[in-house]
Amino acid sequence: MHPARARRLTLVIVMVVGVFIAGGFAFFAFQDNLMLYFTPTEVAAGKAPTGQRFNVGGMVADGSVVKASDSVEVRFDVTDYEKTITVTFSDILPDLFREGQAVIAKGKLNTDGVFIADEVLAKHDENYMPKEVADMLKGKTKPTTETSKP
Amino acid sequence: MIPELGQFALIVALICAFIQAVLPLIGSFTRIPNLIAVAKPAAQAQFLALSVAFACLVYAFVTHDFSVAYVAQNSNTALPLIYRVSAVWGAHEGSLLLWALTLGIWTFAVTIFSRQIPSIMLARVLSVMGWISIGFLLFMIITSNPFERLLTVPTQGKDLNPLLQDFGLAIHPPMLYIGYVGFSVAFAFAIAAMWSGRLDAAWARWSRPWTNVAWIFLTLGITLGSWWAYYELGWGGWWFWDPVENASLMPWIVGTALVHSLAVTDKRSSFKAWTALLAIFAFSLSLLGTFLVRSGVLVSVHSFASDPERGLFILVFLVLVVGSSLLLYATRAPLIKSHGHFALFSRETALLLNNVILVVLAISILGGTLFPIITVALELGKYSVGAPYFNFIFVLLGTPLALLLGFGQFTRWKQDNFERIVRPASIQIVISIILGGLTILLMPHFSVYALLGMVLAWWVAISTVYSFLQRFKNKSISLSALGKTPPSYYGTHIAHLGVMIFCIGITITSIYSSKKDVLLKPGDSYQMSEFSYRFEGAKPIVGPNYRGYEGLVIVTKNEKIIAEMKPQKRIYFSQQNPMTEAAIDAGVTRDLFVALGEQRGAEGAWTLRLYYKPFIRWIWFGAVIMALGGMIATFDKRYRRAKKRVAVKATASAAPGAPA
Repeated sequence: MHPARARRLTLVIVMVVGVFIAGGFAFFAFQDNLMLYFTPTEVAAGKAPTGQRFNVGGMVADGSVVKASDSVEVRFDVTDYEKTITVTFSDILPDLFREGQAVIAKGKLNTDGVFIADEVLAKHDENYMPKEVADMLKGKTKPTTETSKP
Repeated sequence: MIPELGQFALIVALICAFIQAVLPLIGSFTRIPNLIAVAKPAAQAQFLALSVAFACLVYAFVTHDFSVAYVAQNSNTALPLIYRVSAVWGAHEGSLLLWALTLGIWTFAVTIFSRQIPSIMLARVLSVMGWISIGFLLFMIITSNPFERLLTVPTQGKDLNPLLQDFGLAIHPPMLYIGYVGFSVAFAFAIAAMWSGRLDAAWARWSRPWTNVAWIFLTLGITLGSWWAYYELGWGGWWFWDPVENASLMPWIVGTALVHSLAVTDKRSSFKAWTALLAIFAFSLSLLGTFLVRSGVLVSVHSFASDPERGLFILVFLVLVVGSSLLLYATRAPLIKSHGHFALFSRETALLLNNVILVVLAISILGGTLFPIITVALELGKYSVGAPYFNFIFVLLGTPLALLLGFGQFTRWKQDNFERIVRPASIQIVISIILGGLTILLMPHFSVYALLGMVLAWWVAISTVYSFLQRFKNKSISLSALGKTPPSYYGTHIAHLGVMIFCIGITITSIYSSKKDVLLKPGDSYQMSEFSYRFEGAKPIVGPNYRGYEGLVIVTKNEKIIAEMKPQKRIYFSQQNPMTEAAIDAGVTRDLFVALGEQRGAEGAWTLRLYYKPFIRWIWFGAVIMALGGMIATFDKRYRRAKKRVAVKATASAAPGAPA
C-alpha cells in the first residue's frame, strides 16, 4: 500500500475505534441516567421500579403540604386526581411550588411506598404546566370540593 | 402611530431582504454587474429598516404604549427604564426582532469590512444571508408580530418576568444572539465558496475573523448566562444541562472546532471540505437552538411561550436550510481537493483529533437533549436524561481534549518526528503529575477526579507556556521580539491558558463545594467546613416594585467576622410568585452563598440554603480569558495584510503592463 494511504488508513482506524469506545461509554452512561416518567396512578399500580430513580408528576394536593418544624423536610401529596403518592423532600422547595399547582419530582420510591425526592421542579410562570402533567390531566377533572348550590 | 411605523419598517426590511437574496443570485449566474452590485445597498437598506423597527419597539416600551400587545404583556409603569429597554427582548416576539436585527448588523458589517472580497463572492455571501433573513422576517410577520395592537388598551401592563429584571440578563440575550447569528457569516461564506466551486484558502482567511468574533460573543453570552443562573435563579448552580443551555453550548462546541479547522484551512490548505461542513453544522445548531427555545417543544426556564404553529414554521425553515446546504455540500464536496498533505505525526493530525472529539461531544449532548423529545414524538414513553450523563460525557471527552491541547501546541505543521517531542513532553507530563498531586494535598480530601482535573490543568498550563517560549528558542526574549510576535500567536496561547483556568474552576467547584439546606431560628448557627453561619433573623422590606423579607446571616471563621450577608425574598407587586435574591460574598478562591427559603413557625425561623463554593469564579474567568485570546487573535495583521495583497493583485491585473 502507498505509505500516504497507509497513514491515512491508520488515522481513520484510530479515530473510528476511539469514537466507538467513547460511544460505548456514552451509551452505558446514558442508560444509567435515563429516567422514566410515571403518574401517581402508574406508581400505585406498581409499574414504577423500586430502588431506581424516576420522575413522578402531578398536582400538589390541596392541604397536603406538611412542613417539619425542626428541619427543612417537607412532605406533600402529588395527585393525578385518581391516585395519590406521598413525597418527602429535604431541600428547599422552588419558589414556584404551591398547593394545587403542577410539579415534577425526581427521586426514588422507598419500601413504604413514599417517594423520596432529591429534586422538585415547579412550574415556571402563571401559565406554565409541565407538558407531561398537562397530557396526563387531559380528560381528568379536578373534583370540586365546593358544595353545589341548591 | 409609532407601532405602525415599526410594522411598516419590518415589511420594508422583508422587501429589502428579498431584493438582497434574489437579485444577486440571478446576477451571479447571469454575470450581470448591476444585479451583483445591488447586494450591498439592499443589505444596508435592510439593516436601516430593521433598526427603525427595533427603535419603534424600544420607543413603545419606554413610553408605556400598552396598546401594543407585546408591551402590555411584558412591561409595567413601575418597571425601571433599563428593564423597559431590555424587556424588548424579554419574550418571544421581541427576541425574534432582536435576532433579525442582529443578522442585519452582521450583514451590514460584512458590507463594510469586506472591501477585499471580489464583488461576485460578496454578492453570493449577502444573498445567502438575505435568504436567512427572509425566513426569520416571514416567521416574525406571520406568526409573531411584536407590533400587534390590542383592541382594548389596558391601563397597566403585566410586567416583565422578575427573573429577567437583572442587568446580567439584560445583556445576556444580545451577546448570545450576536454569537449565534454570527455563525451565519461563516455559513454564508462556506455556502458562497461551494456555490462558486472555489473552496480555497482565501475563503478560509475571509471567514476567520468573522468566526472568531461570533465565537467570542457566544463565549461571553454563555458565560453571562451561567453567571446569571448562579446568582439570580437563586440556587447556586452554574450549569444545569438544561436543554436551552445545551442549545447554546452545542453551537459553541462546533464553533470551537470550526475556529481550529479554519486555521488549518487558512494556513495549510487542508480540511477544506471538513471546514465547510463544520460551518454548516455550527449555524444549523444555532438555528436548532432557536427552534428548541422558541417552539415550546422543551420544558425549560427559558421557553416562556409555546405555540405549535411557531414550532412547525421554524422546523420547516431548519429542514430547508440544513437540507439545501447539505445537498449543495454533497454535490460540491467531491470536487474539493485539499492540497496540503500532512504526515500522521503533525499538528494537522492533532487538530483533526481535536475536531473529532469536539464533534463527538456535540453529538453526545445533542443526543441527550433530543432523546426525550424523540421518544415522546414516537410514543415510546416519557424520559428525561439526567445531568450525570452529560457530566460523564464532558469528563470522558474533555480529558483527551486537554491532553491533545498540549501536544497540538508543540507539534509542528505538516510533519514532526516523535523523537523531538518525546523528551520535553514526558518531562512536562511528569511535572504536571507531581504538581497536580501537590495541589491535591492542599485540598480537604483526596479525589481521583480532582487529581485528574488538576494534572490536566497543570499540563495545559506548562505545555502552553513551553509552546509559547519555543518561538524564542534561538533568540533572547526582548521587547522587540515580543513586539514582532503576531497577535494570533498571543491569542492562541492566552485562550489556552483560559482553558487551564476554566479546568481548575470546574474541578475544584464540582468536587469541593459544600451545600446544606437548614432550618434556623434567629440566633442559631450552622457550622459548615471552617465557616460558621449565624442567622440573625429576617425583617420585612419594601422595594420600588416589590416587597419582601431580608435576612441577616453573619459568617465567621475562627471567631472572626468574614461577611455579613443579606439574602432577600421578594414578591413583585405585579406577580404572585416569590423570588429569591441570594446573598453572595465573592472571592478569588471561594464564594459564600446564602439564600432564604421560607418562614416556618412562630419563632421567626427560616429555611436557608448555605453554600461554600471554592474557585467558582475561575470558571467564568477562564471563559472570559478564552474570549480575550480570541479577541487578540482577531486583531492579527494577517487578515488585513491579505486585503493589501489582494488589492495589489487587483491593480496588477487592472494594469497588465505594470511591473510586478
